[in-house]
Amino acid sequence: MAHGTGNPRRTGIAVFVALLLLTAVTVLVSYVDLGLWNVVVALLIASAKASLVALFFMHLKGESRLVWGFALFPIVFLSLILIGTLADTMLR
Amino acid sequence: MTGIGQPETEGNGRGYLAERGWRSWAFTLDHKRVGAMYLWTTIFFFLVGGVFALLLRLELLSPQAKYFGNHAYNVFFTLHGSMMIFLFIIPAIPSGLGNFFIPLQLGARDVAFPRLNIASYWVFAAGFLVVIGSLVAPMDTGWTFYTPYSAKSAAAVTTLSLGIFLLGMSSILTGLNFIVTIHKLRAPGMTWHRMPLFLWSMYATSIIQVIATPVVGVTFLLLAAERVFGVGFFDPSKGGDPVLFQHFFWFYSHPVVYVMILPAMGIVSEVIPVFSRKPIFGYKAIAYSSMAIALGGFLVWGHHMFTSGMSPLANAIFSLMTFFVAVPTAVKVFNWTATLYRGSITFEAPMLYALTFIFLFIVGGLTGPFLGALATNVQLHDTYFVVAHFHYTMMGGTVMGFFAGLHYWFPKMTGRMLNEKVARAAWALIFVGFNVTFFTMFIVGVRGMPRRYAEYLPKFQLENVISTAGSAVLALGILVMCWNLLQGLRKGAPASANPWRALSLEWRAASPPATENFDEVPVVTEWPYGYGTPKA
Repeated sequence: MAHGTGNPRRTGIAVFVALLLLTAVTVLVSYVDLGLWNVVVALLIASAKASLVALFFMHLKGESRLVWGFALFPIVFLSLILIGTLADTMLR
Repeated sequence: MTGIGQPETEGNGRGYLAERGWRSWAFTLDHKRVGAMYLWTTIFFFLVGGVFALLLRLELLSPQAKYFGNHAYNVFFTLHGSMMIFLFIIPAIPSGLGNFFIPLQLGARDVAFPRLNIASYWVFAAGFLVVIGSLVAPMDTGWTFYTPYSAKSAAAVTTLSLGIFLLGMSSILTGLNFIVTIHKLRAPGMTWHRMPLFLWSMYATSIIQVIATPVVGVTFLLLAAERVFGVGFFDPSKGGDPVLFQHFFWFYSHPVVYVMILPAMGIVSEVIPVFSRKPIFGYKAIAYSSMAIALGGFLVWGHHMFTSGMSPLANAIFSLMTFFVAVPTAVKVFNWTATLYRGSITFEAPMLYALTFIFLFIVGGLTGPFLGALATNVQLHDTYFVVAHFHYTMMGGTVMGFFAGLHYWFPKMTGRMLNEKVARAAWALIFVGFNVTFFTMFIVGVRGMPRRYAEYLPKFQLENVISTAGSAVLALGILVMCWNLLQGLRKGAPASANPWRALSLEWRAASPPATENFDEVPVVTEWPYGYGTPKA
């Protein structure tokens, strides 16, 4: 299991700071009225944060293709529940 | 070489059962002991859930709510459904028989994470204790917990939700363990296409467990948040949507019917070739259809909600997808039937239950399209037709598959044989009792009798009396079967390592297997279905 070759402490601190910044952006955006897009922006920021956590804190970055496959596979199902539910709620 | 020939290991006494005392069970890291603990627990809840079913049938002898009253009836069907689904049918085969036989069939010494395995049992135990705790204010919502009633009911909905959250967590841990075990611990030479079909079905099941279960866990947390903190997820007066609960609930609960049925299909795929003495027909088709069912099962949840006010487009899409998911299921049935064709069939108890699975599951399966089609669904929704369809697939299917597995693997698990005559007598009672109980429900369902009411129109009484009589026969059959299992456990004749002359690896271990399963890790050179050859 490979976990990357850079300085792990520096990487960890950089990711931590990035997560704090993204959290601040989430809070700031919530004060701007973008209509339905507020949800979209919030989800995009949350996805970026989750990706950082998975890539660096959970060491996905240096993992094998099999582990990557298992990590990405559930996104298909997340899409399914969103599409199926929206196909009802937005067209009801 | 393994897969064909004499067992490497003959019986050596009590095997994994040798160590005694409660600590040897409570802290065990042996997958077989964990599996046995799951089996005892789930069978216990099967019997308790069965008692609730009998109480329901007793109440339905009369068109008026004569014996227990409406509220008690609602509590009984909620407890019957919740116990049977969450405490028996979901964990029984995967966590019970799966735990016991996945490493043995793989040629492994244990699962990949033995400590996680025993942890999953104790999380499960915590879950059922919380479920029992919820009986202080028993639920009357039905096992589906539909909002808005469940959000407002004075019953212990939050407690029961927490219990089921824990049960779900246990299910995820088990599924995760099995996926890694199947990927990483296959014996040398055991390629994916040399794996027994039970393992393919368990692999597909585990994927559903890991992916779908978190959704229901989160759904119950949202429900608890709504009840405790007043957050408006499902309550329209707070900006929520009650149908959203149904989407989330069925996104889990439809795939989970495949968690229930796929392992049973795996057992049938093992039993049919052994007792037909023929190679399984269409190995790859059966293996890949398990994966297709697992994935396709995620596309059809909306067919539970056709009358809930979904958009017409969503209704049409879910109806269409429902018909597609029937295809891989039919692939399995055709291949089992082709395996039977011109086989040297013998009718020992495991085979009787496996054949019963096919017969009853076809009835259950073919009544599915009536419910998947929009027009007929509106007529049949929430009638006894649905109850009959569900029980033909789940009890006629999964439970019969479970019984097939119990009888098939009993000699391996215990080192003792069952009394075959008593086993066949129990099967006959169960078969007759089941059909009398549930086929009448198709008839009253089509005639419009709604489910989940203690009272009904007097014109349905005859069918209900017949159904109740059938349930008594069914209960008697299950009691005889349990008595036979206990007798076999206590004083059954000693079993050889391979009493059925089967070819998969578990039969090469002793009966009962030693703690380490095999003296030496087996090397696999061929698939486990080479029946009908001079060697087997």
